[in-house]
Amino acid sequence: MLQVLYIFIPMLVAILVPLLYKRMNNIHTGWFVLAVPVTLAVIYTTYIAQVAKGEVFTAELPWIPSLDISIISYLDGLSLLFSLLITGIGSLVVLYSIFYLDKHKEKLHNFYVYLLLFMSAMLGVVQSDHLITLYFFWELTSISSFLLIGYWYNRDASRFGALKSMMITVGGGLMMLGGFVLLYLMGGTYSIRELIVMAPNLVDQPLFTWSLVLLLLGAFTKSAQFPFYIWLPDAMEAPTPVSAYLHSATMVKAGIYLVARFTPIFAASELWVWLVTGVGILTLFWGSFFAVKQTDLKGILAFSTVSQLGLIMSLLGASAVAFHANGSIDTIKFAAFAAIFHLINHATFKGSLFMIAGIVDHETGTRDIRKLGGLMSIMPISFTVAAIGSLSMAGLPPFNGFLSKEMFLTAMLALQKFEFFGFETWGALFPIVAWIASIFTFIYSFYFVFRTFNGNYKPEQLPHKPHEAPIGMLISPILLAALVVTIFFIPNFIGNTFVKPAVQAIQPFLYDSPQAVDIHVSAWHGITPELLMTIGIIIVGVLLFVALPKWQGMYQRFPQALTLNNAYDKIMQGLDVGLNRISRRYMTGSMRHYLLYMFSGITIIVIGSLFVKDAFSISFQGASPINLYEIILIVVLLIGTAITILAKSRLTAIIGLGTVGYTVALFFVIFNAPDLALTQLVIETISVALFLLAFYHLPKLGKREERMRFQLNRAIVSIAVGVMVTLVALSAHSQKLVPSIAKYYEETVYSLAGGGNIVNVILVDYRGFDTLFEITVLGIAGMAILAMIKLRMNRKENTHENK
Amino acid sequence: MEIIMAFVIGFLFMAAVYLILSKSLLRIIIGTGLLSHGAHLLILTMGGLGGEAPPVLNEGAKTFADPLPQALILTAIVISFGVTAFFLVLAYRSYQELNTDDISLMRGSDEDE
Repeated sequence: MLQVLYIFIPMLVAILVPLLYKRMNNIHTGWFVLAVPVTLAVIYTTYIAQVAKGEVFTAELPWIPSLDISIISYLDGLSLLFSLLITGIGSLVVLYSIFYLDKHKEKLHNFYVYLLLFMSAMLGVVQSDHLITLYFFWELTSISSFLLIGYWYNRDASRFGALKSMMITVGGGLMMLGGFVLLYLMGGTYSIRELIVMAPNLVDQPLFTWSLVLLLLGAFTKSAQFPFYIWLPDAMEAPTPVSAYLHSATMVKAGIYLVARFTPIFAASELWVWLVTGVGILTLFWGSFFAVKQTDLKGILAFSTVSQLGLIMSLLGASAVAFHANGSIDTIKFAAFAAIFHLINHATFKGSLFMIAGIVDHETGTRDIRKLGGLMSIMPISFTVAAIGSLSMAGLPPFNGFLSKEMFLTAMLALQKFEFFGFETWGALFPIVAWIASIFTFIYSFYFVFRTFNGNYKPEQLPHKPHEAPIGMLISPILLAALVVTIFFIPNFIGNTFVKPAVQAIQPFLYDSPQAVDIHVSAWHGITPELLMTIGIIIVGVLLFVALPKWQGMYQRFPQALTLNNAYDKIMQGLDVGLNRISRRYMTGSMRHYLLYMFSGITIIVIGSLFVKDAFSISFQGASPINLYEIILIVVLLIGTAITILAKSRLTAIIGLGTVGYTVALFFVIFNAPDLALTQLVIETISVALFLLAFYHLPKLGKREERMRFQLNRAIVSIAVGVMVTLVALSAHSQKLVPSIAKYYEETVYSLAGGGNIVNVILVDYRGFDTLFEITVLGIAGMAILAMIKLRMNRKENTHENK
Repeated sequence: MEIIMAFVIGFLFMAAVYLILSKSLLRIIIGTGLLSHGAHLLILTMGGLGGEAPPVLNEGAKTFADPLPQALILTAIVISFGVTAFFLVLAYRSYQELNTDDISLMRGSDEDE
């Protein structure tokens, strides 16, 4: 219970944020907000020791019990690791944002409300055991990401980027929901744990492949995998703390989390192995290749994030291979470990790099790498942090990136030895692509740090005169950079505490407990293929980086029309225009068309249900006899109606209507309803008088006045309505399902209400309120009529601009 | 009798809908008038047309016409009169403002979007 509540703490605090912002505006709101992730981080730290031993913690809070939906917080190694990342990096990001966002110029309350909302949502994603709540939190992260990207909503690019990310991630989320529902249909439960237990039974079900593909669509869109990555570069319009937090450390890893969490269920599938590994490795290459093209500091980091996410994804695919390898390949076991380890490392070095990019932007006024250069002597601390982060990203010792990169290469080499699913022929590609992508990773890492801090200082191109950032802003990146170095020296502590419990959660088919994960990280394994590959990366990378000005121009050769961004724009435009055209086709603005739709809709529904329910029947039983008067009246009524329709002039139509009205009054007389007849006579007289009055004032159409033109669709619809009413009347007459309550009135009218005229007594006594409201309605109509006539008077006095 | 009335009512409804779907405001209002007549007859017929006497307690009569539909119709007549009167004044006013009683010409100025 309490554990579920932790998820909602940020959301609850978010309610207070606007208040704090308004009341305490001399203190930066961020200081209050900072307490939230710090507290949560401390709380989650207390779980570490037990989770590392293999314990899991669950708590449940019913949400919609009737649908069996409850919020279940499930903390195992994987969830705890993510929760710690969310709160830990969250603390640093909030601290950084305090100095990044000016408390006088920015709408801080908006920013922190969105950020806290995201924090809750993300904690919910990684802790939910229930598929539906997982989906709920998942979409909530998309929404808060949308709000945060669009934080500077008066910029076009921000709004565009926000919408793009929303479209792609929410679309993917819907696919994922489809996958979840299919899983539920197969397994009969929404609980992930229970689904994992019954995983062997699910594999052979026909829906299995569908749920797999749909679920992966959700994961790939969220984690910016090829070809859905296009939203991530545009999301860089968000304030840098957001980019560092959502778009590198946490939200984009939700897809990674999803794949990791569902590996025990789907690992048995060949398609899963191919899709996850293949898309991952393709994304790794694609992202690193195009990162070198970018000229925006954050653009480089965005593509680098895409690429690194691809790396982790491919490792998760490889860890599913371990399910089939059955211990035949020993080194494949590194895959899952490397995935989680690299996830931690990536959060540390990429977080610090984003913060440095933000600092450079903040201090110089530009993020364009062509204008930057030579900042090393002006911003030495920033440079040091950036260098540590970049070298770690490039995979060099003594930084944590080196360790996980080596393990990544080990896992990719292991894929070669795998002998199922066509890996014997294609498996060789994986280490090659990984190697090439690593070279580009090396190049963009150097490109990022040395183009910014080395080279010629160009003060004339910079909007501001640069100087070192305030210390408060530097604390967070320095802490992260310190972690980058520290992890290199204590990898096994990190491995035992965080990585192994998570690996056990991903590969329960291999390990019973975190202790069973028999992996020891060391920087030096002797001369191995991995080390040789790394040396090759460094040599080729340095050469290509030096020659970069010579070949960077080739990126401009790619035709713009063939890019994925262009495809996205075209699709959005096409949808916009096409759907608009379709809706315009029937939303004509003409009242008659809408009435036509409504009448035909009602007719179809009523007649349809009459036949579907087999409700139509006709019986002559209990029908009253027919006499001559009635026949005459019916003939008159029909003639009157016909005159009304066919009349050439309005006057004739009004007279026709009057005829019908008086005939109806006579019907009332025949059918023993004297009160109705009286009322009808009076009302009909007044109505006709009113009609004539209106007729007098309405335009004289002269010769243009003619019989209404016959229109087929009108005729069809009106005949259909007539038929419908007749059918309903016949059925209603022919089957009396409930007895009339008239008897009750007859018996009690005298004793209860003391009257003889039953109809009158019903009106003024039994249903007195009804009559009261009827009078009210009449009164309102009268007032409205009066108001409309009065309005004209005023209008005439002071001429109105509204014509 | 009820069977025949069902067809008569259907005819009334058909005529009413046909008029409501026209362009001229006055014809639309006439259509609503016909519609309410049709509805009143429908309610009355559905209640059954039998009964020897009006629903007034007096000596002699044993079976009455069903009073409940009559009470409903009485309310409906009055309300439909109110609606008709309101429509008429509305039509009259809109003619004065817009110089037409053709609803296909009466469109908002914000037609686009």
